[in-house]
Amino acid sequence: MEQAKALLGLLLLVPALAAEPLRDSLREELLLSPLPSGDLAATFQFRTRWDSDLQREGVSHYRLFPKALGQLISKYSVRELHLSLTQGFWRTRSWGQPYLQAPAGAELWVWFQDSVADVDKAWKDLSNILSGIFCASLNFIDSTNTVTPTASFKPLGLANATDHHFLRYAVLPREVVCTENLTPWKKLLPCSSKAGLAVLLKAERLFHSSYHSQAVHIRPICRDGACLTSSWELRQTLTVVFDSFATGQGKKDWSLFKIFSRTLTEACPLASQSKIYVDISSKGQENELLEVTPAPQSVHEASVQGNRRTYAVYDLLDPGLFNVSRSLNVQLKWKRPQDSLDLAAPVLHAQRYVSGYGLQTGEISTLVYNTHPYRAFPVLLLETVPWYLRLYIHTLTIITKGKENKPSYIHYQPAQDRRRPHLLEMLIQLPANSVTKITIQFERALLKWTEYTPDPNHGFYVSPSVLSALVPSIIAMKEEDEELSPLFASLFPSSDGSSYFVRLYTEPLLVNLPTPDFSMPYNVICLTCTVVAVCYGSFYNLLTRTFHVEEPSRGGLAKRLANIIRKMRGVPPL
Amino acid sequence: MAASAGVTGAVDAAEKARGKYAALSFATIAVVVGLPLWWKTTATDRASLPYSEIANLDTLEFQLTVPISVVFAKGTLPGDQERKLPFRESQEAETPLNPKTSVTAHYQISYRRATPQEEQALSQVSGQDDVVLPAQEAPAGSLTIFVIPPGSHLLPQVATMYIGKHRSAIIRAPGGTADVLAVVRTKIQQVTRVMSFSAESITGALSDRIPILHLGTEWKRPFKSSLGYEITFSLLNPDPKTHDVHWDIEGAIRRYVEPLLNKLRSVAEISVDSQILYYAALGVTPRFDASSSSYILGAHSLPHVINPVEARLGSSAASLFPVLNFLLYVPERLHSPLYIQDKDGAAVSTNAFHSPRWGGIMVYNVEPEAANETSFPRRVDVDMVRVMEVFLAQLRLLFGILPVPLPEDALLESFGNEGLSAWELDRLLWARTVENVATVATTLTSLAQLLEKISNIVIQEDVASQVFHAVESAQKALLDLGLGHLESAFQASKEAVMSSERAFFDPSLLHLLYFPDDQKFAIYIPLFLPMAVPILLSLVKILREARQSKKDSTKMD
Repeated sequence: MEQAKALLGLLLLVPALAAEPLRDSLREELLLSPLPSGDLAATFQFRTRWDSDLQREGVSHYRLFPKALGQLISKYSVRELHLSLTQGFWRTRSWGQPYLQAPAGAELWVWFQDSVADVDKAWKDLSNILSGIFCASLNFIDSTNTVTPTASFKPLGLANATDHHFLRYAVLPREVVCTENLTPWKKLLPCSSKAGLAVLLKAERLFHSSYHSQAVHIRPICRDGACLTSSWELRQTLTVVFDSFATGQGKKDWSLFKIFSRTLTEACPLASQSKIYVDISSKGQENELLEVTPAPQSVHEASVQGNRRTYAVYDLLDPGLFNVSRSLNVQLKWKRPQDSLDLAAPVLHAQRYVSGYGLQTGEISTLVYNTHPYRAFPVLLLETVPWYLRLYIHTLTIITKGKENKPSYIHYQPAQDRRRPHLLEMLIQLPANSVTKITIQFERALLKWTEYTPDPNHGFYVSPSVLSALVPSIIAMKEEDEELSPLFASLFPSSDGSSYFVRLYTEPLLVNLPTPDFSMPYNVICLTCTVVAVCYGSFYNLLTRTFHVEEPSRGGLAKRLANIIRKMRGVPPL
Repeated sequence: MAASAGVTGAVDAAEKARGKYAALSFATIAVVVGLPLWWKTTATDRASLPYSEIANLDTLEFQLTVPISVVFAKGTLPGDQERKLPFRESQEAETPLNPKTSVTAHYQISYRRATPQEEQALSQVSGQDDVVLPAQEAPAGSLTIFVIPPGSHLLPQVATMYIGKHRSAIIRAPGGTADVLAVVRTKIQQVTRVMSFSAESITGALSDRIPILHLGTEWKRPFKSSLGYEITFSLLNPDPKTHDVHWDIEGAIRRYVEPLLNKLRSVAEISVDSQILYYAALGVTPRFDASSSSYILGAHSLPHVINPVEARLGSSAASLFPVLNFLLYVPERLHSPLYIQDKDGAAVSTNAFHSPRWGGIMVYNVEPEAANETSFPRRVDVDMVRVMEVFLAQLRLLFGILPVPLPEDALLESFGNEGLSAWELDRLLWARTVENVATVATTLTSLAQLLEKISNIVIQEDVASQVFHAVESAQKALLDLGLGHLESAFQASKEAVMSSERAFFDPSLLHLLYFPDDQKFAIYIPLFLPMAVPILLSLVKILREARQSKKDSTKMD
């Protein structure tokens, strides 16, 4: 203590603290969109932006950016990290195109810096640490479910080189997502769940839903328009689809309090932007169908995913919002009951199923729909199939409108037993207004008895296939500044005004494998031993016993019995 | 008929003999080939370990040798004593701790005259504060003590002892006594107690091996010896709506923490980072004290403060080293000013406390706002000098660098901006080396016990080689301690810790082959019972016949 004081005494001439500009910022946003089916999708996005170089070694100082993730990025030289944990399946047919879809279960894809020497080891360590941070079973990611796609997953942020050797992609379709994954995710938010939009994140409501998907996206972005230096962006997104029929007793009206059982009282004081968007697009009808209260402060028109949409905007940082009432409870009421709300099918959607009978062979079929009336476009399809389904690549057929459709790019990496999965990537041209059917046959392999899961009769999951496409939009979109546009529209870069990027996931498949009787090993041991013992016994007897001819004696019990019976019948005895 | 009976008898006898041989050869093959084969194929793969050497390590007798050279300036010793120079002597002090642990301090003192250069440096007259010690390069762990004449002006007149920031000290020889050497000896003892290890520091380092009864509370405060540490400074701002707190942590770390850490980096790997946590509140509601119109956090409620905060701190993602947490808590406006009270109810002057082996917490009260200041949030710039003064003191305590009671009339050289004097580092090294060796002994002993107890654990070659390396390094560390080579002893002890931990936590040890005995029987019985029973029966039969024929032949005789 004395010494420390002496030391500090020497160094009392401390320069005045320079008021430097804040180098990190937080934007938060909630998008509420009523879905055509009557459900309600709520998408939270929290964006933490940090104008700092995380790759630098040495002391690191964190303010809004979470320390745990920052340390990961610098230790493992991560360029981009995308992790999503999803419960349920986004039904593209009835819910429309999602802003950000994720496959059921856990999905992790990481781009490493090209300075990483051993990418596989870094990937393994990284997934183990992420598994600890998010309480998820990401530690089950190993070489049997990791692939390196060549074309489907391009970096979303700044990238000079796109050498796909530094990319790793894995999906765990079996992962169950629950509160224990949400709590660490909430802890990464600067305001935790104490203020701002995060107040609404109440686990018991969020998991009482048809679809729950939480994600973390880290990527480098341009610091300014000139893009000479890079910043780091952490996006935490959470998408929930509430089943309004189940929660609202058949009514489609909703309010914040009804769905989250909380209302908003303040913005996160650290956020530079805090907004709620409500999708009030009237879908071409003249008269308004719905009404939001309180009256929105402004209305934002944007073209999102090829559609023109209208959003009512509430800015929580605007002091006028809380002047009238102390809390904000956004409500939406439908003016007329609308039963015949037919949904225009999304331009691109897909489904997948497994067919065949018996436990030996089967067939995976994928149907990809292009409902655009006059434009054809290519789609990148990525299939990852575990090694225990042995794909017969010669049976791959792609049929569109009754004719064979040859893919213009195909990349196939066959599986190696217990080492790596099948990877199939294809670029397929989808003609306008068409259905393309892709089928491939497979044979089910027999596993070793320790390789079966604890409930093998449940079946084995096959991760969903991924479709990535630049979908031509029906209307013309105008270029928007990324910093100003709402967060939900800005994760995927849109190349130009005429098309937009879509990534879709199909359903995960559940395949039954031939399952043995698990008491079999013991039975086999017992049977073999018995057979060996019997053979050995007779052999031994043959070799060691001495045989001699026995004089016929009075006979055994059988003979005596026979004689008694003969006597009774009056027949001479033997 | 009789002939044919004889023939059949002969054939029978031959047949019987053949059967006997067949049964015997079966038994032989089963014993010679079958048993070893079965033994070999079902045995677990266990590499041999140095069990006896590990058992030897269980009894630790530390020999700590401190080389001390005492340099006499001209005119310090009376003539007859000076003639004896140079000469050597050694002193020993044994501290038996328990039957299995003992520490022997071994001071090798060599007395000599000052060289001309040293003489020149020692005869200078220096100012009040800066005493120029003769330049010297002493290896870690050793000490050089200069004895100057009573009338020398090198030291201020009041001081009789001066402890430098390197590994040297100055003693003023007493005036007016005949036996200068005897007085010097007692002074040397005082100096070594300050500059080298003391019985207490070594006992503290061995606290795992000795019952706690012997010790005070000091022993459990420092962090356990580890290969690395992570220091995290966290600013807790529970009320970002009213306080916009800024701290120049980057500059503070560069200015105050780094110099100290640069010294400590030879002991362990240390990384530093900082974070700001919002809405992170203490788990205790402070009590309002009307008399001072402030809020009070009593000493009894401090233990409850840490747990709720810790959930937000986040574990370190990038390494497995222990984390030292330093929290700066800016209380919310509702609860400010907030003061920490000690057990007697007096306010703690630093407004901070530390938790053993965890870190420290400091409460930083914001100046009450002026009446005209109403806009929120208020910008608060943290005075980092005040904060770092507390955190550095806590950091030294947690590292086990305790302030040493100085003898009277002693002066201490300031360590300047290096943060730590060389002898303080030596004290730390002594304690850490002893602690490391003790840890290795404990780890290896328990590993050996575990492996001996559970015979199904597979011991792979690399685990065995780690164990061998750990044992060798620990022995080398003990040897080096005895020779007074502190630096190499510390390195060896570090290696020993690393290897022993790697062996202990090797995942291959967990692949325990679990074959309970009842299941083994269930598998062996269907195979072995039908095979063994005929062999045994025929052996019994052969034996009985042999005995019978022997009896017959004796009867015949």
